[in-house]
Amino acid sequence: MNRAIAVPVAALAAALSLIPGARASEGQPCDIPGYLLSGNNELKHVTEAVQKEKRLTIAVVGTGSSILAGPDGPRSAYPARLEAVLKAKLPSVAVKVVSLVRTRMTTEDLAKGMEKLVNDEKPDLVIWQTGTLDAIRRVDPDEFRAALEEGVETLHKGGADVILMNMQYSPRTDIMVPLGPYADNMRVVAQQHEIPLFDRLAIMRHWSDIGAFDLYAAGKDNVLAQRVHDCIGRGIASMIIDAAHLHPESKAAQ
Amino acid sequence: MHAPVVTTGRDLRLDLFRGLALWLIFLDHIPSNVVAWGTIRNYGFSDATEIFVFVSGYTAAFVYGKEMRERGFIIAGAHVLRRVWQIYVAHVFLFAIYLAEISYVATSFENPLYAEEMNILDFLKQPEVTIVQALLLKFKPANMDILPLYIVLLLLFPPILRLLQFRASLALGASVLLYVLTWHFNWNLPSYPEGHWFFNPFAWQLLFVFGAWCALGGAQRLGAVLQSRITLGVAVAYLLFAFVITLTWYLPGMGQYVPHWLEQLIYPIDKVNLDALRFAHFLALAVVTVRFIPREWPVLKSRWLWAPIVCGQHSLEIFCLGVFLSFAAHFAMVEISGAIWMQLLLSAVGILVMIAVAGLLSWYKRAEGRTGSRPKKTPDADLAGGEA
Repeated sequence: MNRAIAVPVAALAAALSLIPGARASEGQPCDIPGYLLSGNNELKHVTEAVQKEKRLTIAVVGTGSSILAGPDGPRSAYPARLEAVLKAKLPSVAVKVVSLVRTRMTTEDLAKGMEKLVNDEKPDLVIWQTGTLDAIRRVDPDEFRAALEEGVETLHKGGADVILMNMQYSPRTDIMVPLGPYADNMRVVAQQHEIPLFDRLAIMRHWSDIGAFDLYAAGKDNVLAQRVHDCIGRGIASMIIDAAHLHPESKAAQ
Repeated sequence: MHAPVVTTGRDLRLDLFRGLALWLIFLDHIPSNVVAWGTIRNYGFSDATEIFVFVSGYTAAFVYGKEMRERGFIIAGAHVLRRVWQIYVAHVFLFAIYLAEISYVATSFENPLYAEEMNILDFLKQPEVTIVQALLLKFKPANMDILPLYIVLLLLFPPILRLLQFRASLALGASVLLYVLTWHFNWNLPSYPEGHWFFNPFAWQLLFVFGAWCALGGAQRLGAVLQSRITLGVAVAYLLFAFVITLTWYLPGMGQYVPHWLEQLIYPIDKVNLDALRFAHFLALAVVTVRFIPREWPVLKSRWLWAPIVCGQHSLEIFCLGVFLSFAAHFAMVEISGAIWMQLLLSAVGILVMIAVAGLLSWYKRAEGRTGSRPKKTPDADLAGGEA
């Protein structure tokens, strides 16, 4: 009985205590409030690879929103930015980020490729960005979730940690693309499989709300796209360091 | 005919809650709207859709049930079909607005950050297919799933209403059976380009038929249960439970307080097939509501609640207007400003426009009644609550 009361009370207290923290971290672009990044799900394979073998192989599996077009594209998209940030923060670790992005793929298509990915790349961690095309095509949410689970389980069996990454916040198209059910299912799958979710949707929304980026811009602004990807790369790096309990060495090493 | 005539006069609570549901649906349909944080879907499992479907089932049974008793199955059935046609036309009208919006985006938006999101424009590459699929109710853009659900529910309503009048429990039992079989065999209608209907009519019919059942005497049969303190306690406890679970969706750090077995038990909470948890959440809300807002509550007739009630009394028009206004609000946010003050302003203006139009429609109706230009023989589906 006591426990039944204690749990919601503790939950409410936690919720309330987080709000001031969110306000305090506003201001600088790229900053992500604690409540959007903090989770309790750990990245055990990453911890092991970094501590025992001093290496870390990350594969990014995703669709069109994990790449940028143009000659600068490959090195300014978030997978490359993530690699750069991790190398700076963990100079004694051999960090490698492989980007395996394929455009116009639904989650089901991507899930089918996971076994081959695990065998070919032997990643310690897979960052799986997905959901956008599923929402555009309005794939059955049930089938979407089943495909996500299948993919996550394949990766776990292959000995890789997983971070799920949901859709971008896109204010100009969001009335036409119903992201809700897909974002909900990604959160549920992450909770059930105890893996971190990089909530790109909420994070970019936060950046837009505090005025860090003008995501309403319609024109061909490559600078904006590059800055957003840089921030996403930094955000995932913090999430990995946090969830794998790594200790950044950057200040001492640089 | 021995069907019980239970409901005499209008229950303004129905109009009130349908009006409020229309406002909430409008607010939820404006993307990125801070005001939408205040809507019920963020505090529990169910949302305005449940209220809307239930109230519509209730009012459909109330209006057409009376007519079916007085004028027979054929006449009442024909009027239901006429209503279906009106809703279909309304849906096509909304689709035209959607096409305008998407075409505008196609010509004005080229931000490289959103190359992937631009795949939404694929639908414009084959307009002949997209438009025909929309007319067949297979292609349903975002926010346009509710009217097709109503069309199917109403289309099948006359025989269900007949059965409800003669064997109410049997009709409700058949509805529950269809719901169970739908879950078991995964029945649903197909969609274009893939997948199935977002509001599965075979599952959502349960709420519609339950509403109709309540209207035809079920609510009175449940009277003792509704008045019980135990029911109220269970309902309040369940609402609190749903609230705490919902909090964990927005604050990932709180996920640790939800035990794993509970997660396995409750997830996924399936909106497509009207998850039992959603249905239960709606029931709990209803129990608490009827407990604290009695039918004869004087405030219902005061001017304070006139605005939502008048909106609820013109539901089809106000629903369509709400979808249109959400597009307009989105356009204003994109073109002028998406700042929070703008979101507040657009939400307020939208609701004021809905109230003004609903007031105007009431005025038309009264004016027509006074001149006697349109003698009312057919049931007034709007006034007693249309079905949209």
